[in-house]
Amino acid sequence: MPPVREISAETITETVRKLYLLTNVSLGGDVRDAVREGLKRETSPAGRDALEKILENADIAEETGIPICQDTGLPIVFLELGQDVHVSGGDLGAAVQEGIRRASRDGYFRKSVCDPLTRENTGDNTPAVVHTEIVPGDGLRIAVMAKGGGSENMSSVDMMLPGAGPEGIRDLVVERVRRAGPNPCPPVIVGVGIGGSLERAALISKKALLRPVGRPHPSGGPPALLEREILEGINRLGIGPQGYGGAVTALAVHVEMEPCHLASLPVAVTLQCHAARHREETL
Amino acid sequence: MKNVQRVETPLSPDAVSRLRCGDRVLLSGFVYTARDQAHRRMFDALARGEVLPFPLEGQVIFYAGPTPAPPGAVIGAVGPTTASRMDRYTPALLERGLRGMIGKGKRSAEVVAAIRKHGAVYFGAMGGVAALLSRCVREASVVAYGDLGPEAVRKLLVEEFPLIVVNDREGRDLYEEAVRTFGRERRSPAGT
Repeated sequence: MPPVREISAETITETVRKLYLLTNVSLGGDVRDAVREGLKRETSPAGRDALEKILENADIAEETGIPICQDTGLPIVFLELGQDVHVSGGDLGAAVQEGIRRASRDGYFRKSVCDPLTRENTGDNTPAVVHTEIVPGDGLRIAVMAKGGGSENMSSVDMMLPGAGPEGIRDLVVERVRRAGPNPCPPVIVGVGIGGSLERAALISKKALLRPVGRPHPSGGPPALLEREILEGINRLGIGPQGYGGAVTALAVHVEMEPCHLASLPVAVTLQCHAARHREETL
Repeated sequence: MKNVQRVETPLSPDAVSRLRCGDRVLLSGFVYTARDQAHRRMFDALARGEVLPFPLEGQVIFYAGPTPAPPGAVIGAVGPTTASRMDRYTPALLERGLRGMIGKGKRSAEVVAAIRKHGAVYFGAMGGVAALLSRCVREASVVAYGDLGPEAVRKLLVEEFPLIVVNDREGRDLYEEAVRTFGRERRSPAGT
């Protein structure tokens, strides 16, 4: 039997704190590269101005520690917990929440989490949404995403007819982006979850956003082809950066797939604004 | 960039009449932040015949909830939130003299019509660049609904705040015009 590895709750808290702090002030190099690539293609003056502001803002945030966006996000934490890990000195869930709480305090983040009915603010950005998966091994992968409300509001799950095929899925996703228009702060990154069940489609559409921007589906097969076709369709819409018109409406489309029921074809679309903030570390 | 206009608040009818869809604007003066909860309260207060906590005449509301100011700073990160969530409350505010709004995203047909009727303007501010925009804020103070925290009404003094005219008093819409100009759709949207 393999030995059990101890990871302390405090280590988890400190890692979550560090990742959530960092992601809100430091835009990933992959996002910056994708915006720079976009600038090479964008001809609309207002669109170019918007793309240049994204890069300038990223530099200011990095230098000053002022958050990239005032919406410092609903914290979403993805854990992949090795089955040979034992969390010591505390509760895993509580350790994660404490890390979010400390980062929100230390980074002067906006408190953006509230009761869904009374709208009363919880005051510390908890509870974060936490997705935990048990995996082989003795590691703990922690990915922290700061998800903005504007783009989340434009996201969706559709239960399509099983025969819709790649063309039907492509048209649905393009239509979702068209209808969202300027609202989700384009240029967007589009996470598409195909198959599974209602909730799995939504989850994998969000996990798809953890991939470096523009890296094709690892299979290189039909999902990667679909990514290219959807991206092309979206960038013909003309919405452009911030909806001011142009060729760069989306920076990338990331598709994830899972088998589904014979009767079903769930398709989830998670829209991610250009301030795509997530960081991860494996303990 | 063509057509950069320097505009000051409060907005005069004259200033608004010079603003055209797509114009670049650098706005200076006081603006008031208000988002979902503050709008609901203002709307309810007006329905009860109460006076609002700040005068609307000629003023500009900025749909924003900033991050807290770190020690020594005037404000934290600040930028626009999605305007459409305020649509249901907006015509009542325009009716009472509100002349400008700053946000991001599309407005309803009712709001576009009210903008036209009352000679107002809806400005787009760039979303997701809140560290950059925070540099334009010189003063900030909570003037109403302090219990709402990030959603409180704040009076901000802004200097050369970069904006673009989305909906002008002639009923034009930048987002619609942008798609017509730059769209290259292969199929008609019929049937979708």
